[in-house]
Amino acid sequence: MADYDTTPAVLDRAGLAALVRVLAGRGRTVVGPTVRDGAIVLAELDSADQLPWGWGTELEAGRYRLRRRDDEAGFAHSAGPQSWKTFLHPARERQWSADRDPDGQLTIVPDRPEQPAYAFLGVRPCDLRAIAIQDRVLAGGHFADDGYRTRRSGAFLIALECTEPGGTCFCVSMGSGPGVEAGYDLALTEVLDDDGHRFLIRAGSPEGAEVLAELSTDRADEATVTTARTTVAAAAEHMGRAMPPMDLRALMGDSLDAERWDDVAARCLSCGNCTLVCPTCFCTTTEEITDLTGDHAERWQSWDTCFDLDFSLLHGGPVRSSTRSRYRQWLTHKLGTWHEQFGSSGCVGCGRCLVWCPVGIDITEEVAALAEEATS
Amino acid sequence: MTEVPVPYQVVRRSQETTDTTTLVVEPVARALPPFRPGQFAMIYAFGVGEIPVSVSGILDHRHRLAHTVRAVGAVSAAVCAAAEGQELGLRGPFGTGWELERAAGGDVLVVAGGIGLAPLRPLIRAALAGAGRYRRLNLLAGARTPDDLLYADELRCLADAAPAHVAVTVDRPGHGWLGSVGMVTQLLNRADFAPGETTAFVCGPEAMIRATARDLRHRGVPADRIRVSLERNMRCATGHCGHCQLGPLLLCRDGPVAGYDRVAPLLAVREL
Ligand SMILES: Cc1cc2nc3c(=O)[nH]c(=O)nc-3n(C[C@H](O)[C@H](O)[C@H](O)COP(=O)(O)OP(=O)(O)OC[C@H]3O[C@@H](n4cnc5c(N)ncnc54)[C@H](O)[C@@H]3O)c2cc1C
Ligand code: SF4
Ligand code: SF4
Repeated sequence: MADYDTTPAVLDRAGLAALVRVLAGRGRTVVGPTVRDGAIVLAELDSADQLPWGWGTELEAGRYRLRRRDDEAGFAHSAGPQSWKTFLHPARERQWSADRDPDGQLTIVPDRPEQPAYAFLGVRPCDLRAIAIQDRVLAGGHFADDGYRTRRSGAFLIALECTEPGGTCFCVSMGSGPGVEAGYDLALTEVLDDDGHRFLIRAGSPEGAEVLAELSTDRADEATVTTARTTVAAAAEHMGRAMPPMDLRALMGDSLDAERWDDVAARCLSCGNCTLVCPTCFCTTTEEITDLTGDHAERWQSWDTCFDLDFSLLHGGPVRSSTRSRYRQWLTHKLGTWHEQFGSSGCVGCGRCLVWCPVGIDITEEVAALAEEATS
Repeated sequence: MTEVPVPYQVVRRSQETTDTTTLVVEPVARALPPFRPGQFAMIYAFGVGEIPVSVSGILDHRHRLAHTVRAVGAVSAAVCAAAEGQELGLRGPFGTGWELERAAGGDVLVVAGGIGLAPLRPLIRAALAGAGRYRRLNLLAGARTPDDLLYADELRCLADAAPAHVAVTVDRPGHGWLGSVGMVTQLLNRADFAPGETTAFVCGPEAMIRATARDLRHRGVPADRIRVSLERNMRCATGHCGHCQLGPLLLCRDGPVAGYDRVAPLLAVREL
């Protein structure tokens, strides 16, 4: 039994606006979805008015379109071009600064700026899983990434159960959605029917319960609870895609010599988009920057991609010089070796990689082809 | 914690070959935790960058460490150029060690190619210091030319040490070279060891590691007793940058030293 109140309550749109105000009042930087430049992006929100009310998305491999909905739903869109790693594991971050005095003595200090106390509004089940995966990679091993750990441990997560999955979603086959059970501070389910537009809300942590208590909510009525539950259950039946129901880890291990890699390599541009949009991809490189005096240097870390030739560079050349080997590295890591390295799959079924691939390479289709090749 | 480099000062440098230098460094103030043979440090050349380098010597005196670096690019050249008195930054220790204890009671076989002798040097010293715990100690080393041979004087002294047998081969002999010519694997045939009771420690270019391990398997050395040290690109050494993957292994964490039983199937896949 949780030692805080987990009884579901109901919020209307004004209640959601109050939630944003309460979080801001507690000193939190609220981040959530909003429409910008023809996409639903994640950005700092001043008020709930900035949420994408009435906007939906149309997703296909290599295609993303916003569309006006017939209703005023605020969260009936699917994963956009960004994920929460933009905030928790930013694209660029300074790691340390070094100074050399006239005697040649070095002083090296870690970079520990004040980190924002985030509140993430509208974390999809797939993305909630992705955060848990990055937690294990960046903070769960022998060494922890300080910046990540600080931002993460201070973050307040408001999960949002999926009621309308997109054409590229396959969280069900990855076991990460469309409902959420744990790992959040508050969980929302958007309900829109003849009885009105409202949110079922429940706490998943003591702080979540505290925030909820600050809002004027009604105890959830039976009808709202049932509608929320059945809509989420129905969403599971409407996934646009699915991974083949098999041991993907074993399939990856057995497919290292597959011919399909040549087929996908002929289409793949090796642009790395898939790795940048993927909510679990974590790889980084480092860069050394010096000022004009030459006595002050900084170490920066930035996102990198395994599709880059330099990624595997050794004296004598890159280990993975062919696109075939780089796509294979990406996919077999994501679905296979990630298990050995970090104890789970690295894919949550959000579909971002196929939406944002310029040539529409579809991870589910590639895996299905590998599965077919393995059994034929 | 995200550790930042700790200042170390170069107290001695020796030019091993035209492109390779050994630096002995000592902490300016705080020392890093102790290193074991086979482990590596991230060495930071101020304003240039940071690279993984194995320890080539672990000294008792003042927490000193030795590193032998071959200049192949910007950072390694800057490290090699560090003058006595100059400060470098060090992080570590990182990775798995050789685990010499695995050879207790049996024969120790060390096979090195080129700069690969550097990480094996503290292992050889430990084996000599623990003489009695091991039977025969064989050291087989290969180099491109006689001039590229590391630690030539030390090898000569070692050859005179009672339990050690040292054999050296070069790819291209110069004038006056009377020793072996050819791959280091050729030396295996002439080395005296009992395959079933031998633990081999191998480091060098990947092609040399493959060939050596294959021959050792043919001779009957069990795969898990062939310990190899592998190299991949590394940016962080803390398991976060993703660059050092070899299939399921993160070589900064699960390596650089691993058993051949574990890595043989991985090395067999091209461009893994
Ligand atoms: C665990 C480990 C232990 C090592 N121990 C030693 C050692 O004891 N002595 C030694 O001389 N070298 C050692 N190396 C290799 C050394 O790290 C590289 O030579 C060095 O990183 C090259 O960097 P650079 O900036 O000088 O070259 P760059 O300017 O980065 O590039 C020069 C060349 O080196 C290659 N390179 C870049 N990064 C690496 C890398 N991590 N490993 C190998 N090549 C790379 C580039 O592809 C390029 O061909 C070790 C590497 C690893 C992973
Ligand atoms: S691999 Fe593709 S579907 Fe899976 S988590 Fe990454 S972006 Fe989402
Ligand atoms: S986004 Fe598509 S084209 Fe670009 S690297 Fe990924 S699979 Fe290849």
